[in-house]
Amino acid sequence: MRVAGVDIGSLTAKAVMLEDGEIIGKSLVMTGHNSRLAGRRALDLALKEAGFPEDAIQNIVATGYGRLSIDFPAEQVTEITCHARGAHKIVPDAHTVIDLGGQDSKAIALDDSGRVVDFVMNDKCAAGTGRFLEVMAHALEIGIENLGEASLQSEEPAPISSVCTVFAESEVISRIAEGVSKVDIAAGIHQAIASRIYAMAARIPLKERFVMTGGVAKNIGVVKALESKFKTSFVVPPEPQHVGALGAAIIAAERASVKS
Amino acid sequence: MSEEGKKLYVKIHATEDMKKLMTDYYIQAKTAPGTEKKICWITSGGPVEFLIAMDVIPVYPENHGAMCGASRTSVQLAEVAEEMGFSRDLCSYARLDIGQAVTGGGPIGGLPRPDFLLCCNNICGTVLKWYEHVSRYYDVPMFFFDTPFIHKETKEHALEYVRKQCVDLIEFLEKQTGKEFSEEKFAEVALKSVEAVDLWKRVLSTAEHKPSPLTCFDAFIHMAPIVTLRGTQQVVDYYRLLLAEMEERIEKGISAVPDERFRLVWDNIPIWYEMRNLGNLFASRGACLVADTYTSAWAVDIRVDEPLKSMADAYTKVYLNISIDLMVEQVISLIERFDADGLVMHSNRSCKPYSLGQYDIARMVTERTGKPVAIIEADMTDSRAYSEAQVRERIEAFLESLES
Ligand code: SF4
Repeated sequence: MRVAGVDIGSLTAKAVMLEDGEIIGKSLVMTGHNSRLAGRRALDLALKEAGFPEDAIQNIVATGYGRLSIDFPAEQVTEITCHARGAHKIVPDAHTVIDLGGQDSKAIALDDSGRVVDFVMNDKCAAGTGRFLEVMAHALEIGIENLGEASLQSEEPAPISSVCTVFAESEVISRIAEGVSKVDIAAGIHQAIASRIYAMAARIPLKERFVMTGGVAKNIGVVKALESKFKTSFVVPPEPQHVGALGAAIIAAERASVKS
Repeated sequence: MSEEGKKLYVKIHATEDMKKLMTDYYIQAKTAPGTEKKICWITSGGPVEFLIAMDVIPVYPENHGAMCGASRTSVQLAEVAEEMGFSRDLCSYARLDIGQAVTGGGPIGGLPRPDFLLCCNNICGTVLKWYEHVSRYYDVPMFFFDTPFIHKETKEHALEYVRKQCVDLIEFLEKQTGKEFSEEKFAEVALKSVEAVDLWKRVLSTAEHKPSPLTCFDAFIHMAPIVTLRGTQQVVDYYRLLLAEMEERIEKGISAVPDERFRLVWDNIPIWYEMRNLGNLFASRGACLVADTYTSAWAVDIRVDEPLKSMADAYTKVYLNISIDLMVEQVISLIERFDADGLVMHSNRSCKPYSLGQYDIARMVTERTGKPVAIIEADMTDSRAYSEAQVRERIEAFLESLES
């Protein structure tokens, strides 16, 4: 059975193609201003990689904030459920998922079978999200992809007291002016994010094992800071950004087999 | 989101009667200035029975606030107050009311000018400062009705303190109206109030039936008469009609939400400008909001043998005047009585007494009942504090987790 999952987030759109449970195609594109087009492009690219036409797909599930504006027939499921399902597939004993995406952050508690038992989201505020890190990297004049590695060199992280993107940016700028090293500031930023995420996640039952998903999981500095704050280790899947789309594809397969 | 304007849950016929009742009431209030009829602005939890018994027209800025919210005129009114220097952190009912007094804006062209004010702090402390402002703005007297907060139980001395204020209030009203208070008339009003409250409770209780004939989105609309005009005959008649319609639905097996699959309890004031969309979102997933902590707040008990004492008791015990532990008991009793599958809490940026402690309440409710809770962030009338996509995401994820 061939199915697809498409996850259209605020920054990137992802698609995953499954054939009998195996990943045979995937894609990642920038969402830009048109989430309908982004969803379409993500789907087309993944189809191309898988090497078969759209009508060979038995079922599609769309997720992410852009899921309502797609132009192909698909069922819609929230990111919460999709991330949970995707994380459970990759890490079967996962009980806590921390997802840090482009513009929101979530913590999801799973039961043994991967069902969502509770979740919290921080979607009003960019603190801890990809957007926040972009602004900070820009202020530090470090490439976003290097921010994580850079921060690991820090010996004395500079305390950043604010996690509001606007305030933190001016705080970073004044730290730079004070002559604090960039790596220490970067490490301080990651610690501030970790505290913020911990305060949010502590509202739900936190249980081993911990999985981190979303684009921010590629930042090793944030992962390390979270691990020290949560006092545990996190599993980061090889492609953390695709976990939601993978979950969507798995749900598509489940629903297709119920129907057929 | 489903089509704007089209309701997915079943329409209540009595709505037309209610609209007429409320329209007549507002016309009467709006045309009162200049006649001998006096107008008193009163807080939503205030003891309105005294006003009705003295033939004073009660006007509720909070009910008007809800109307402004539903008609989406609230933000522009709130902005007027913000320009005057009032903080955006102030309750949006207060802000928009302060704004409407200046501009006469909103769906009914502003509230009629008050002759005096009755401010009762059983709902919050904000109302005191708000009404003090109104009192200065219109240069009219205010009666402050002080109800001590209940931590564990109502103390006898507290009740006596409140009862004495009932006596003072009567004196105040006699002075303001130049009329004498009639105990007989008051007893009559109290009786009708009791009757209306009893009917209202029975209306809400029909939602215990499975499937429920009523959702709280209906109750939010149909609560207007019990809030504003209890103690009058029209209100008694109206709730008889509504109750009959609900009972008929039960008999005929009509459910408010087609294919009811989940039953949920709602906490906090409705998000007035989003009610229709939210109602539809829940309905489209087969979720019926069968009870709420808000509309049941107007189920006050008055005993005719001891009217003042029982009123003191009833007005002191309202939901927002009790401790978190007592709130938890009430929420759990709603979940049990209505056999609900979960709780949806609106964390309302405006209303601090309602929203503070919700995370603790959520945790305690889940611990004791095993039922999940979803918390959504919004503001009852300030839509600038609302993000549709995000709230929708939360609700859908919550319903998906109930499903699995
Ligand atoms: S703070 Fe809450 S209780 Fe007080 S007036 Fe505002 S909405 Fe009503």
